[in-house]
Amino acid sequence: MPSPIDYQNLQPLAISFPSVSAKWIGRDFVDAVKVRWGIGRNSSKVTPGVYKIGNPDSQSDVFVSANYKLSFDILRKNLKSFNAWILVIDTKGVNVWCAAGKGNFGTETLVRSIDKTFLKSIVSHRRLIVPQLGAVGVAAHKIKEQTGFKVIFGPVQAADIAEFVKAGYKATPEMRKINFPFYERAKLIPVDLVYWKYRLLAALFVVFVFSGLDRSGFLFTKMLHTSLFPALNIFTGYLAGMVITPLLLPVIPARAFSLKGALWGLIFIVFLNLFFIAPNIERIALALMGIAVASFAALNFTGATTYTSLSGVKLEMKWSIPFQIGFAAVGLLLFIISKLI
Amino acid sequence: MQYLRNVVTLKLNGDLCTGCRLCAIVCPHAVFEIVNKKARIANIDNCMECGACALNCQFGAITVNSGVGCAAGILNGILNNTEPSCGCNATGENKTSCC
Ligand code: SF4
Ligand code: SF4
Repeated sequence: MPSPIDYQNLQPLAISFPSVSAKWIGRDFVDAVKVRWGIGRNSSKVTPGVYKIGNPDSQSDVFVSANYKLSFDILRKNLKSFNAWILVIDTKGVNVWCAAGKGNFGTETLVRSIDKTFLKSIVSHRRLIVPQLGAVGVAAHKIKEQTGFKVIFGPVQAADIAEFVKAGYKATPEMRKINFPFYERAKLIPVDLVYWKYRLLAALFVVFVFSGLDRSGFLFTKMLHTSLFPALNIFTGYLAGMVITPLLLPVIPARAFSLKGALWGLIFIVFLNLFFIAPNIERIALALMGIAVASFAALNFTGATTYTSLSGVKLEMKWSIPFQIGFAAVGLLLFIISKLI
Repeated sequence: MQYLRNVVTLKLNGDLCTGCRLCAIVCPHAVFEIVNKKARIANIDNCMECGACALNCQFGAITVNSGVGCAAGILNGILNNTEPSCGCNATGENKTSCC
C-alpha cells in the first residue's frame, strides 16, 4: 500500500522568485523624494516575500528587509555584485526602525515569514542577516528556538553590508553606531513641515484675526494692514523650531530641544524686529508667541532623532510644555491689550 | 550628541550576565562594554531606551523601560489615553518623521 502523502512536507519542484536588480532607475529616485515629502504613500510598499538578487543558490545569504520601499531600495542598491536572497517581511510599509519599535518588525512577524515563504527549502543553511536596528523587535534567541535560524545582526547602514560580509559577518564598532549627521537631519525636516501645516495655519489665522482688534471693535482694514508682522513672527518661530533647530542641532549646547528651539526663535525674532516698526508691547507679545511656537516645534523634533529616550522626553515635556503654554497665553493677552490701548 | 543626563531607566544585573556580547552588538549607541567576560554599562547617558539589548539578552540581565522618545507620540498617548504612539498607522502612513 502506498504511504499517505505527507502534505506538510510536500515541496514544489520548481519555484520562481521575482528577481530584482541592484540598480536604481528614475522611478526609484522619484519615490525616494515622494516618501520624504509624504506624497502618495501607497507606492512606498513592497509585496512581502522572497526576492532574488543576482543568482543565489541554497548556500547564499538571506537578508531580511522591511517592506517599506525605501528600505528595500537602499538594501538592494547595496547588494550590487551579490548573489543573495532578500526576505521582505510585512511591516505594513513602515521602515525597520519604526516597525521594530511597534512590533511590526518583530520576532513573530519574522517567524511567520520564514514559515510562509518556505525559506527552509529555499536555502540549506540556517543563517539570516537582520539589520541591527531590527533588534529592537527581533529577539535572536527566540528566532533560533522557533525556526532554527541563527540571526546575525548586520550593520546599521546598508552601505556597510559588503564590508561586513567580507569581514566574516563582523561589524566594526563604527558600523554598529547610529549617527545623526547633517544630511540625515535635513532629510527628516520636510515630513514634519508638512505634518504640522494645519496647526501653523491655525496659529497664523489667530494672529491674523486678532490683528484687526480695535477699541472701536473690529476693523477689517486694520487687520489687513497690521497682520503681516504678527504673522511673520509666528512663521519665523515655526521655521526656527522646525528647520533651523534640526539643521544646526549641535550649535546650541543646551540638551533640551525645547530650549534649543526657544533660543533659535529668540535670535531670529530679534532679527525680524529690525525690519519692522511696532509698539514695544506688541513686539514683546509677538516674540513670546513666536518663541513658544519655536520651542514646541523643536520639542517635536525629538521624534525624529536617533538618540532621545522616552524617559528623557517625558521629563522635558513636563517642564517645557507649561512654559510654552504660558508664553503663548501671555503673548496673546499682551497682543490683545496692545490692540486696545 | 547626547540627550538629558541621569534619566534613562536602563539597568544591568551583572550576576545574570554570561558575557555573550549580544547587548554590545545590538546597541546602536555603544552603551555597553564587555570587560572580563561581563557586560558593563559604559555610557548610560547615550542610551535612547530602544530596548534592543533587553530583548536580546536571553539571560534576562537587562531591564529598560523602552519606548520611542517622541514628544508628538507622548502627546498623542496622553490625549487619547493610550500608550505613546507616534502615529504610524496600519496603512503605513508615516505621519511624523519619528517613524
Ligand atoms: S546580552 Fe545579557 S548576558 Fe549577554 S553580555 Fe549582554 S548582559 Fe551579558
Ligand atoms: S536600550 Fe537601546 S540604546 Fe539603550 S543600551 Fe539598550 S540597546 Fe543601547
